[in-house]
Formats: sequence, C-alpha cells, structure tokens
Amino acid sequence: MRTAAGPRVTPALVGSAGVGSARVTGAPKAGPASSFPHIPGSWRSWLWLAVPLLFVAVFFAYPLAQIGAQSFQDKYGAGVGLANWQYELSSAAVQKATAATLKIAALSTLGALLLGTFIALALSFVPFRGAGLVTRLIETVVSFPSFLIPLAFSILYGRTGVVNSVLGQLAPGLPALNFVNDVPGVVLAEVAFYTPFVVRPLLAVFSQLPRELLDVAGSLGSGPLAIVRTVILPAGLPALAASAGLTFLLTMNEFGIILFTGAKNVMTLPMLIYTRSIVTFDMPSAAVIACIQVALSLGVYCLYRWTYKKLSGANHAAPR
Amino acid sequence: MLSTMKKSRRAAPAAGHPTPAAAVEPENAVELRDVSVSYGTTVALSGLSLAVARGETVALLGPSGSGKSTALKAIAGFERPSSGRVLLDGVDVTDASPARRGIGVVVQQYALFPHMRVDANVAYGLKARRMPKAEIAARVKAMLEMVGMEGHAHKLPRQLSGGQQQRVAIARALAIRPQVLLLDEPLSALDASLRAEMLLELQALRAELPDIAMVYVTHDQSEALTLADRIAVMRNARLEEIGTAEQLYSRPAGAFTAKFLGGASLLPAISTTVVPDGGAMGSVLAGAHRMKAVAPFAVNPGGRVLVAVRPHAWKLAAGSPAAAAGWAGDGAGDGYTVNSLPGRVESVQWRGAGHRLQVDLIGLSERVTVDLPAMSAVPAPGDLVVLTVEPQHAVLVPAGEL
Repeated sequence: MRTAAGPRVTPALVGSAGVGSARVTGAPKAGPASSFPHIPGSWRSWLWLAVPLLFVAVFFAYPLAQIGAQSFQDKYGAGVGLANWQYELSSAAVQKATAATLKIAALSTLGALLLGTFIALALSFVPFRGAGLVTRLIETVVSFPSFLIPLAFSILYGRTGVVNSVLGQLAPGLPALNFVNDVPGVVLAEVAFYTPFVVRPLLAVFSQLPRELLDVAGSLGSGPLAIVRTVILPAGLPALAASAGLTFLLTMNEFGIILFTGAKNVMTLPMLIYTRSIVTFDMPSAAVIACIQVALSLGVYCLYRWTYKKLSGANHAAPR
Repeated sequence: MLSTMKKSRRAAPAAGHPTPAAAVEPENAVELRDVSVSYGTTVALSGLSLAVARGETVALLGPSGSGKSTALKAIAGFERPSSGRVLLDGVDVTDASPARRGIGVVVQQYALFPHMRVDANVAYGLKARRMPKAEIAARVKAMLEMVGMEGHAHKLPRQLSGGQQQRVAIARALAIRPQVLLLDEPLSALDASLRAEMLLELQALRAELPDIAMVYVTHDQSEALTLADRIAVMRNARLEEIGTAEQLYSRPAGAFTAKFLGGASLLPAISTTVVPDGGAMGSVLAGAHRMKAVAPFAVNPGGRVLVAVRPHAWKLAAGSPAAAAGWAGDGAGDGYTVNSLPGRVESVQWRGAGHRLQVDLIGLSERVTVDLPAMSAVPAPGDLVVLTVEPQHAVLVPAGEL
C-alpha cells in the first residue's frame, strides 16, 4: 500500500498500530517527519546535549574536580600526595564532626519520620475541619529558608527568649530552658523544617490507598491501630523510605540551621568545612573534608536507591 | 434440594416486618429498619426497610446511584446511618464498628492486601481474632481448597488473574465464618466469559453455605436472577420493589421494575374493563389497538396503565408484511386480532443466539424491542411487520414515572 506521499508502509503494522506508528520504508530523508534528529548517535543529538553538558562541566564538574585536586595539594598549590587525607582522617576533629553529622541527621530523620507519619495519618484518615488548611500550612514551611526555624526557636525558647522570660516571672526558682544552642535545639529545628518532606509524599500515597482496603480490614476484625500497622503503613513503606533517604541526605548537609542556632559545640562536617575554608583559610583541609562529605552523601544516596528499589519492587512480600 | 431450600427461604418474613430483638433465635440474619444515609444534603439511601433470613440470598439491583451499595455499607458498618436501625441476628449493631459485626465482605475490586501473599490475606481476619496459629493454618488451607486456590497460597495478589483474586477475596471473607456475607458487585471487574464462570461458582458456593445470609449488590439483572432468592429493586436511593425473581420478572408491580428487570417495552394504554382484584385478565386500548394483559392490581375503565411486554414475548405474525400493509394506511386498523400491533422495523441486530429488532409501532409512537429466536425468519430494516403477544405474557403496570 502506498500513502499519498509515496513511502511504503508495512501493511501488518497499519492494521494493528495505525498509520502513525507504521514502519515506513524507503521514505525520503527530507520532510517534516525526518528533519528532526531521531536517529540515535546522530551528531545533532549531541549538539542538543552540548549546552546543558557545558553548564554542568563549568559550574559543577570543574569546581568539584578542583576541590578534589586541592585535597592533594598544600596551601601553595604544591602536590603532597595523600598527606592531607592521612592527617584529616586521623584527626579527632574530623572524626567527631563525622559522628556528630551522622548522629544529628539520624535523630532528625527519625523525628521527622515519626512526626510526619503521625501528621499524614491524621490528615488523611481522621476527618476534621481545616485539614486542608493544615496541609497547605505544612507545605508552606518547605518554601521558607531553613534558618527561619532556629531564629524562631531562639526568639521563643532561647536563654533570653519569650518562654524563659515568662517562666522567670512565674517561677523564678526554675532553671531556664537551655536547649536551643545545643544538639537538641538543632535536632528539633531540623525536625520542624524537614517534617513536611515526609508528610507530602505520604499524603500522596495515602490519598491513593483504596478505601475498600481499610473497610475490608475493618470488617475482618481489625481495629484502627491494627489497620494502620497492617494495611496503611505497608502501603506507605516505599514513600517512607524515600522520605527517610531524602531527609537524611538533606539534614546531613544542613548548614543554615546549625549556623543560626549558634550552637558552638555542635560541629558537623559542613560547619567544619566552613570553619576551615572561611575562618582559617585552610583550603586543602576544607577540600579533604568536603570530599568526605560528598562521599558520605553519595553513599547514603546509593543506600536510599537500593532500599527504595527493594521496597517498591515487584517481588517483595510481607511476612506471613 | 435447591428448590426445597428456596421454598423454605420464601417462608421468610416479608421486608419491613421487624423481628423482635428479644427472640432467642431470630429468623432474620440481617434487618434494616427505615435506614437512611445522607452526605450533607445528598440523600444516598432513603428509609430502607429490608429483612434477610438465614440462608437467604437477597440481591440489591439497581442502576448507579440507586443506593444499593450504600445499603450494603450500612449493613457492614462502613457508613453510619443518619437515621434508622441495623440489626444482625436480632441485635442492634447500628453503632457497632465493622470489626464487631463479624460480616464477610467481598468488594468489586477484591481489595486484597497487595503486600501480603494469598495465604496471609486469607489468614488476616483470623489473626485479627487472635486465633491460635495451628488453627489458622488449617482454616486457611480449608478455605483455599474450597475456592480451588490451594496451589496459589504463596503468590502475591498481583500475580493472580481477576477471577483468582475474586476467589481469594471470597475465601478471606468466609474464613472468619460469618453469618452474613455481603458481595458488592463482585463480578463487575471481570470479563464476560470469566463472569459467567464465576457466576456458576458462586451458585455452587451458595449451595455449600446453606446457613449464611447473603446480600448481593449488582446492576446486572442476570446475576440477580441467577443467584438471588429475592430481588430488591432500588432506584433513586429508595427501595422500589422486592420479591422473588419470578414475581418481579413475570408480574412487576411498577414500570421501573418492568423496564429495568428484563427490559420490557411499556405501551401506554387505557383500561376498558373492570378488574376488581389482581390476577385477572384486563382489556385495554393501546392507541387504537385492543389488547388483553394480566392485571396484577385492580383496574377501572378509563384508568391509565402501561402494558409491559418482554422482548422475547413478542412474535412476528405469519404473513406480516401483507397484514401490516392493511394497518399502515390510517394506523388504526379495522378490528384486527387482539394483541396484534403493526410496526415498521427500524433496526436489526444479530446477537449470536438470535436477532434483536427495534420496531416503531404504527399509530402508537412507541418503539419496542423484539427478540427473535435463532433460525426464525428475520425481516429487514424498513419492513412492515405485525407483532403479536400472548395475553398471559403481557402484564399491566401502573402508569408511573419511569
């Protein structure tokens, strides 16, 4: 069969998939359908990729490579081999900062997961007036800069904050609240800021959960808590894992919240990089720690991808 | 055996006659007393009273939005009635949670727990009831054997076909040994051949569970006619009519039931005789045509009625074209045989087992559906024909709103 334009169309394909998807043989190279680069490996494809690739190379890959290179140099640009790495990896400050980073990220992630899951469950399954407004408010938090939370914490709960002033007047004998400028303050601020990152994906998953599943579980004898445990949370597990991975990554790299809490004894890897690069101008040392930070982030990301794939994969089964 | 069972079921009290809750062994497994369900200003179910005896299957039949699924949810406890009471075995459970009602529920999309294997799905209700593990394993095995799914115990729901998932859903619902089984359009997600197969299996299952009361929600009349001892026809959130399949099919009390159950053609007519009591033969004038039909209710001369005729009850009169030509002139005819109506064939559909005609009646401005059996002569579109119907196959229904 011949089309009006003349190319030969494989008849079997016309019947099943329509003319639009028919295989055309002997078609001229010119014309609207063939003028755009659809052929894999064509130089035109690479031309389209060139601009974004150039951007990534100039503004991401090159600076990253520079950091990597600097970690093997001294202050004057002379190569020192692995000396910087050996020194920093054995340094107590770096080890403590790594431990503090992981500890704060883990606690913040756990807190955000617990609070976020509870909020998402309440918003999805406990109907109350204003649930929509609460959801919008929670989403709004994501658009705030992260340092607003510790700033608000300082105003409210700081040593000279509102709560301490009131407590001081009501009960002068009570010791003042003093958690904002320490690990608990950082963790609470991160929990407050990153909880919406858990709530949002869970709300999306819960809204897709068929109501019949919950009804049937109820008719089979399960109470609300058992339904949450056996039906709702397993359905939300991939979203929970994704949220946990994302929150852990973000809290591990968090800088603004810690800076604004003014917690001098909370030294995480980003804070250490800041101190070494901006305060003491020890760029090689900062470069080594930055590389450690990048390695940690990539490791966590890989772990998150693996977990997510495993949980949302086609063959996983819950215990009997 | 089946007929004996149906006989005993028919002895169940009629709908709307509540059984005293104090009775030791109440006859009704399910009873709805004037139950209404509203969502804001929208009434989803209005004043439904219905009783289902132990061992009885009642089908709630109606179009979308008729309130049938809402009624089922009210029984299961998924919806709280805005008024009225729900009783199970004579006990008022209106305020009880679904978990406390002990009802088996099978829904349209099966609602198998996707992260659990087949055996875990069936065991779910037993675990919720804290049954000993050994008993759970035995019960799950028995249930899966009952529905022929014992070979699939370790699969996930997504690895099963629709029919297999439906079997698992039934096994899961029956595993808790409920006294009431609610089925909400359980076959509607299946393709035609699988639906027919599952219908047979449900029929067999029904025979194996003589003591369970079943409420079966469907919009498919063939499912209702096959499975139900009684059919409750629902419309606009209300119960339109309830009765045995035979009663509703042969002697529908309303125009909606006649149309919805069996797709009867309804011809407007005026009574010309007195029928003091239901059941006698009445004479009517449909347009200019004299007709005789069963009158299940009292009729007076001049009363407006509808003549309901099922598609398969129409016959083509012998020598139709010539006979119809005689009618076609003025549309009134000149005293031809009673229950003979001339018409022009509008369309012909071949349906495998026979042909379906749409015929525009001459002088009545009505289009009727005619099912011709296989091997019969089939007229062409545009042909003039004369349709006849045996008086006992035509039934009068009140001229109500359709």
